Amino acid sequence: MITMENVSKSYKVAKRNAGFGEAVKSLFHREYETIHALKNVSFTIGDGEMVGYIGPNGAGKSSTIKILSGILTPDGGTVLVDGRVPYKDRIRHVKEIGVVFGQRSQLWWDIPVIDSFELLKDIYSISPQSYKQNLEELTDLLDLKELLRSPTRQLSLGQRMRCELAASLLHDPKILFLDEPTIGLDAVSKLAVREFIRKRNKLHGTTVLLTTHDMQDIEALSDRIILIGKGEILMDGTLDDIKKGNETIDETVAELYRSFDV
Amino acid sequence: MKSGFTIRKYQSFFRLRFVMGLQYRAAALAGITTQFAWGFLAIMAFSAFYETDPAAFPMSFQDTVTYIWLQQAFLALFNTWMLENEIFDTISGGNIAYELCRPIRIYNMWIARSLANRFSRAVLRCLPILIVAFLVPAPYRMVLPPDVPTFLLFVLSAVLGTSVATAFCMIVYGLTFFTISPQGVRILFASLVDFLAGGIIPIPFMPDGVRRVMELLPFASMQNAPLRIFTGSLSAQETARMLGLQFFWLIALVLIGSSLCRVAERKACIQGG
Repeated sequence: MITMENVSKSYKVAKRNAGFGEAVKSLFHREYETIHALKNVSFTIGDGEMVGYIGPNGAGKSSTIKILSGILTPDGGTVLVDGRVPYKDRIRHVKEIGVVFGQRSQLWWDIPVIDSFELLKDIYSISPQSYKQNLEELTDLLDLKELLRSPTRQLSLGQRMRCELAASLLHDPKILFLDEPTIGLDAVSKLAVREFIRKRNKLHGTTVLLTTHDMQDIEALSDRIILIGKGEILMDGTLDDIKKGNETIDETVAELYRSFDV
Repeated sequence: MKSGFTIRKYQSFFRLRFVMGLQYRAAALAGITTQFAWGFLAIMAFSAFYETDPAAFPMSFQDTVTYIWLQQAFLALFNTWMLENEIFDTISGGNIAYELCRPIRIYNMWIARSLANRFSRAVLRCLPILIVAFLVPAPYRMVLPPDVPTFLLFVLSAVLGTSVATAFCMIVYGLTFFTISPQGVRILFASLVDFLAGGIIPIPFMPDGVRRVMELLPFASMQNAPLRIFTGSLSAQETARMLGLQFFWLIALVLIGSSLCRVAERKACIQGG
């Protein structure tokens, strides 16, 4: 169970105008602007739910995921994930969750994928039996057999993303946060990733919170959508709630963004 | 049981980084070549000075030669400029997000990684250099410590020296959390610290007043201590003082670095997306 209640987070961003003079001026006097990444964000996600978290770039999606994974400390509000306050008890918290950042890699670049996995086994203190079992299952579902022995740097993005998903699930977390897991993937890889997430949720009852800009991801995966814009939750409902007639999902969402002016 | 698991995590980091370091053979070869060239040049320069007046120097030529060879062989253990780009990249690029998603302390993980990196480099580089250093003709040949206890003290001091250097680098990494770009901190530390550590000229060669201050600084507890203990020309009292200072600085730097990292972990602001 994930609850966020009135959570807010702001960043200070140094700003200056273009030009040499301005750059020199900013050496002595910095102007900061406060960006409110999250404003009173509240929602609840039940066990085993799959929720699509959507919104334009800079809406606060990643900030939310980072707060829920214990990386960022919010300025205010309460966050509870299965009874834990993520940022207060980071180490205990992260043992129970899996996170994939689609734009980053958790695999060691120069060594075979399987070595990164073995390291994760020790980091999460996974017992040899469950490691073996999980690895077999993930290898099977994500078709990793041929990939495990290659260095990460030699994998295609699609192959790497499959490995990233496996890496995040080796310790069998109850909750999975996916931050743009399909970004940059080709059609085949996207389908494979979606299929896998769906299966995972079905077989293990894993709670999934997923951010994406790909509306087909949402259509394929989640009944529930939370829409965030300019740091505020604008809508929390199902696809059917927002879909009108025979619009495509992209049109529906674009319409939604426009109507909220985000 | 629980703490056993905890240590296991960092051992794994150590092992993986160590194995990874061993695969960079070309880099090792290049390193060995550089260290040979530097070692020969330094010895030639000192030999020219010694020919003018051997009595004018605080260390015998023999000791200086041994100092230089040993320094070149174990460069990877003691230097402070060999900072890991990967660590800087994770901080400035934001990949630190993944590391913070792990049930590990960032500080301990970096220590494990850095030590492994140093050891793997030293293992690959030290043997060829040591072999040559023992084979070259007499005045330029490296000599062994006079007795076993001296050698053991050297080993202890080398372990401490490596740890002090690593603990110092941790502070540099920690500072990067706050400065975003590591370049400034790196350039400043690279040249200054190498000089203060006795990397360019051994500390005994410094003018008296300067030397006394330098010997108290943490930088003298990196390579200066083990390299000088090795030759066996220090009195028992001097050796004890050096080891004491090494212990002191190790504890001080670890305390500073780990609290810095703890603050950084909490205040971390992940860049980009």
